[in-house]
Amino acid sequence: MHELSIAENVFEIAGESLIINRGKKLRSVKIKVGELAGVVPESLQFCFTAIAKGTAMEDAKLKIEKMPIIVHCFDCGKDSTVGNFIFQCPGCENPNVEVISGNELQVVEIEIDV
Amino acid sequence: MAIVTIERKVLEKNDELAEQNRELFRKSATFVINLVSSPGSGKTSLLEKTIESLKGKIKIAVIEGDVQTDLDAQRVAKFDVPVVQLVTNGGCHLDAKLVQDAVSRLELDGVNLLVIENVGNLVCPAGYDLGEAMKVVVASTTEGDDKPLKYPAMFRNASVLIINKIDLLPYLNCNLAELKKNALQINPNLAVFEVSCTTGSGIKEWSDWLFART
Ligand SMILES: Nc1nc2c(ncn2[C@@H]2O[C@H](COP(=O)(O)OP(=O)(O)OP(=O)(O)O)[C@@H](O)[C@H]2O)c(=O)[nH]1
Ligand SMILES: [Mg+2]
Ligand SMILES: [Zn+2]
Repeated sequence: MHELSIAENVFEIAGESLIINRGKKLRSVKIKVGELAGVVPESLQFCFTAIAKGTAMEDAKLKIEKMPIIVHCFDCGKDSTVGNFIFQCPGCENPNVEVISGNELQVVEIEIDV
Repeated sequence: MAIVTIERKVLEKNDELAEQNRELFRKSATFVINLVSSPGSGKTSLLEKTIESLKGKIKIAVIEGDVQTDLDAQRVAKFDVPVVQLVTNGGCHLDAKLVQDAVSRLELDGVNLLVIENVGNLVCPAGYDLGEAMKVVVASTTEGDDKPLKYPAMFRNASVLIINKIDLLPYLNCNLAELKKNALQINPNLAVFEVSCTTGSGIKEWSDWLFART
């Protein structure tokens, strides 16, 4: 259940921005979540709403943008999306790759009432 | 209504503290491993065997992370090494802040190896950098050979795989070759050791490898 700790961090980051921008109410938070981040969106929303209860952020909806795993192949130089956690270049079937996307856990933007 | 662009990492605070820890470890020339596994795979047993094997050669300190109790710290303290117990009170992983607090209660000067035993969990600890040099994942034969496929992030982020409880292989339908194949498919750079903490088999190979890195 590390969604609770992640929701706390999202709450803090969104809250800081809300204050700086003199927002009255937080509408939504857009978050990029990589396939390797191991985050369950429903549970993240649940935790966030529980933490935000009674604040200007309580009705905020978390908009989760799922990021697929993309690997960079050191042989052919291509970047490819891979499924099923098969960490190899689909072109050359080469495991000599680096994961360049899929670990994301990032607050992208918020929608606020000003 | 207005849209405000943020672009901040959710765990930026943790990452920042982890970098501070890393700097501390660099200053004291301490090699730090983050020991992860499912509950009961044998992290503490491996630690006990490793301490036994390296005792007298290097100075070791331990941070124990558990949801409740200091039972693991008690086990390790019997080996006469400095140990700090962290209790997460329900928390499913250690974070860089907890480790920083624990480190402040340890004398790191002269410590060559610090082992952080994480909470037994193959999901949550994967995303939390503690400032360690590497993650060491323990998978035991009793868990079956499919764990790397079910928990890819942990196996992808680890540098070492310890396959523990190989003494039990004759009694299980865990296929060792399949387990290794699955792990290497997720992460071809894993250094793999097959051990039994009960018989002591494979412990020397692992300890020597670890010793060479301190
Ligand atoms: N047969 C056998 N049993 C083992 C081996 N290693 C550990 N065990 C047993 O497995 C059980 C769990 O071992 P621990 O070392 O406590 O496991 P752990 O990963 O530290 O557990 P948590 O900290 O609770 O997650 C104990 O009863 C050990 O005696 C082994 O190589 N073979
Ligand atoms: Mg233990
Ligand atoms: Zn390629």
